[in-house]
Amino acid sequence: MRNFSGPGSFTRRRFVLGAASAYALGVAPLTRASSGVTPNTFSQTPVLTGNHFDLSIAKQSVNFTGRDSTAVTVNQSLPAPVLRWREGERVRLRVHNQLLEDTSIHWHGVILPSEMDGVPGMSFSGIKPGEIFEYQFDLVQSGTYWYHSHSNFQEQLGLYGAIIIDPAKPDPVPYDRDMVILLSDWSDTPPDRIYATLKKKSHYYNRRQRTVADVWRDLKAQGVGSNFADRAMWNRMRMNDRDIADVTGYTYTYLMNGVTPDRGWVGVFQPGQRVRLRVINGSAMTLFDVRIPGLKMTVVAADGQNIKPVVVDEFRIGVAETYDVIVEPAAERAYTLFAQSIDRSGYARGTLTPNPAWLSEIPAMDPPPVLGHRDMGMEHGHTNLNHVHSAEVHGDHDKREKADESSGYDQVDHSGHDHSGHNIDATSHAGHARHGAPTTHSDHMLLREHPAHSPLAPAGFGANFGDSQAPRHARSEFGAHVDMRVETAVSGLADPGVGLRDHQRMHDRRVLTYADLRGLHPTRDRRQPTREIELHLTGNMHRYMWSVNGLDHAEAPPIVLEYGERVRFVLINDTMMTHPFHLHGLWSELETGDPDFIPRKHTVLVQPASRISYLVTADAKGRWAYHCHMLYHMLGMMREVRVQ
Amino acid sequence: MSKAAGFILALMAINAAAHETSDPLLFSATVEQLERRQDERKDPLVLEGHAWLGYDLQKIWLDLDLEYLDGELEELELQGLYSRAFSPYWDWQVGARYDHQPDLERTWIALGIRGLAPYFFESAATAFVGENGALAVRLKAEYEILITQQWILSPELRLDFYGQNDEQAATGSGLSSSDFGWRLRYEIRPELAPYIGVHWHRKYGNTADFARGLEYDGGDQQWVVGVRFWF
Repeated sequence: MRNFSGPGSFTRRRFVLGAASAYALGVAPLTRASSGVTPNTFSQTPVLTGNHFDLSIAKQSVNFTGRDSTAVTVNQSLPAPVLRWREGERVRLRVHNQLLEDTSIHWHGVILPSEMDGVPGMSFSGIKPGEIFEYQFDLVQSGTYWYHSHSNFQEQLGLYGAIIIDPAKPDPVPYDRDMVILLSDWSDTPPDRIYATLKKKSHYYNRRQRTVADVWRDLKAQGVGSNFADRAMWNRMRMNDRDIADVTGYTYTYLMNGVTPDRGWVGVFQPGQRVRLRVINGSAMTLFDVRIPGLKMTVVAADGQNIKPVVVDEFRIGVAETYDVIVEPAAERAYTLFAQSIDRSGYARGTLTPNPAWLSEIPAMDPPPVLGHRDMGMEHGHTNLNHVHSAEVHGDHDKREKADESSGYDQVDHSGHDHSGHNIDATSHAGHARHGAPTTHSDHMLLREHPAHSPLAPAGFGANFGDSQAPRHARSEFGAHVDMRVETAVSGLADPGVGLRDHQRMHDRRVLTYADLRGLHPTRDRRQPTREIELHLTGNMHRYMWSVNGLDHAEAPPIVLEYGERVRFVLINDTMMTHPFHLHGLWSELETGDPDFIPRKHTVLVQPASRISYLVTADAKGRWAYHCHMLYHMLGMMREVRVQ
Repeated sequence: MSKAAGFILALMAINAAAHETSDPLLFSATVEQLERRQDERKDPLVLEGHAWLGYDLQKIWLDLDLEYLDGELEELELQGLYSRAFSPYWDWQVGARYDHQPDLERTWIALGIRGLAPYFFESAATAFVGENGALAVRLKAEYEILITQQWILSPELRLDFYGQNDEQAATGSGLSSSDFGWRLRYEIRPELAPYIGVHWHRKYGNTADFARGLEYDGGDQQWVVGVRFWF
């Protein structure tokens, strides 16, 4: 407990984390003696409970890589202490800034008044050096959430921690033991410098670019003709099909509960126990693919909200998402909890074991993904450049012809037809309504506002079903700051994501997709949306610029919602990256095909060159941040949502 | 010297001050070539580099070429440019160029484009207008072939054209000279890469004739060894 030093005005429990259990038994963590790495200063994450909390933010020396470095921590702990709250109670958190710069804490996914949301410039003016800010709010929900800084790049430096809100009523998900699994990415390089480096050389951290050997292998595999056509397309567009992650294991050490893969985090269970893993992705820039070889995982909550249980072998967790999974390890053996980064440049890992001395095998990482035509807004098999608006292949701004919808384009079959069991009539209606509806066209907002009498796709389906669509691009999306605009956007709903699409076929692993998600509880707001707001996620990878509709946050007006209204957001990804989009303060109700059980999320992955839609009830007044949660994207790829 | 070091440190500090804006003021300097070239007759020390200060879409840009022979400055070319993005991969640049050789100075107005051409060719095309209406054009292209992530083979081509004969500067009208090289570098880090290579410099037409007066035989093949670095 040496890393605990906060003022003593709160009580704490010390058994929730598995690592804590290991320590409670007086057993040292697994250490690779050969690594020669000095273990970091943190041995476990403290757990704070109660209603009053004192959190102190300060710089602290850490060592994750063998080199001393400086982190920003809460109560001298990285990750920050687990905050365990109870639904229905009011919490008070006094946050003391002991840094020489402003700070803030955002309670990610927690429904609260906007002035308590912790976004400098929107909800409050930040916490100045030396100041104490008191957050106070009522807890109206339960589940797994997290908190992090919303100032500068402090999140990359360690200012993130888990929140567990225990339900007021008995938990619909029974479990014997729960463990927080907080995934994150650490770099000894200061985040300002990572950002500057990306601006100077955007592919700097990509250490998996095509080499002569790759070209040779492809030539042998594909033959000269088709390989040449394929390479020529990527080369003409100056795009890289191996551009999977902006920042990689080249600089990152991936952490599980603050523990490096060399050491490995340890969670102790007793065989036969139902163990609830509360998996949180607190990374700055890393999407993880999580699995436990030998164990099925039953996903019971997404972003803190209970869902109808889904049994999977593997799931992707985007930055800022949380998933609760139940595992029931029956055997007397150790299991590896394996979280590989999306680009397979590294992994975080832990061991679930009845005996902390036991080791389990660490699986090999899967092959690194390679982007395909689909990820650049081209349908399967089409190598015709006319269907991609790479900015310079078609520099002409006026040439915005819609894709010919009779050209044999077929909705890719990943779009939920297998799992979702949705109503086909509703789907065709959905597609029809979108195409038939008139659109108004604003250069700044691209608000696709339908008049009230015009039919919108029904609630629960939205843009997530139906044919691939040809989005219209506003004038603000053309220029030096945007390098790609999709010609057709497929639904991303049932897409497991880049690098996971063939795992069912190749490894017989059932991979979670958004199409699997159904709320456990009936949809609360049964109203149809009255309008639809379409936003395009845009950027220039080469110059490392990110925007929404081609406009930087600094130059864009807020999105105004009327208090109480129900609207649909349709996000279209005009890039080849997967963007986790987070709406503060209001639930994002993901339209997965069942209007009666719409799952609620706070962060939604938008797959490359894909579209996704969700409903939002504007039930909380104030100014809310709405942004990509990739730390180095979010400054530009952000909007303010104003509910008034 | 210490003033210069202080200035560079101040510029580097700019990078560290990037806060709360997606588009911070940044500074970058790249020495593409710092190399010893060697043939049978001479072994000049050559520096080619650029630096910029600015934002995503506009920058102040400096280009510097230096050649030392036997410790004496043989050639200096400095360009100061304002650079502005006009498309996702291209910037236009406008500014001034200053040439200095022993007993010779030339100044030019420079206007050009620089960027990433399809197939990942780093390219630049610049036109120069000098005193008394003199004209010059330069085309440059560079490519990178990754043998591994760290071993990189990079061919590079530069062509210089002049609109007139300038006997004092030893440049003739038409295609004046070409520089073509292959450099094989090893990136210890992406920022730091020693290399070896071979470089051909060739003069044409009147330029070659002027040079022959200076005991030039029409072309040089030079072995090069050097280092490339940036921050």
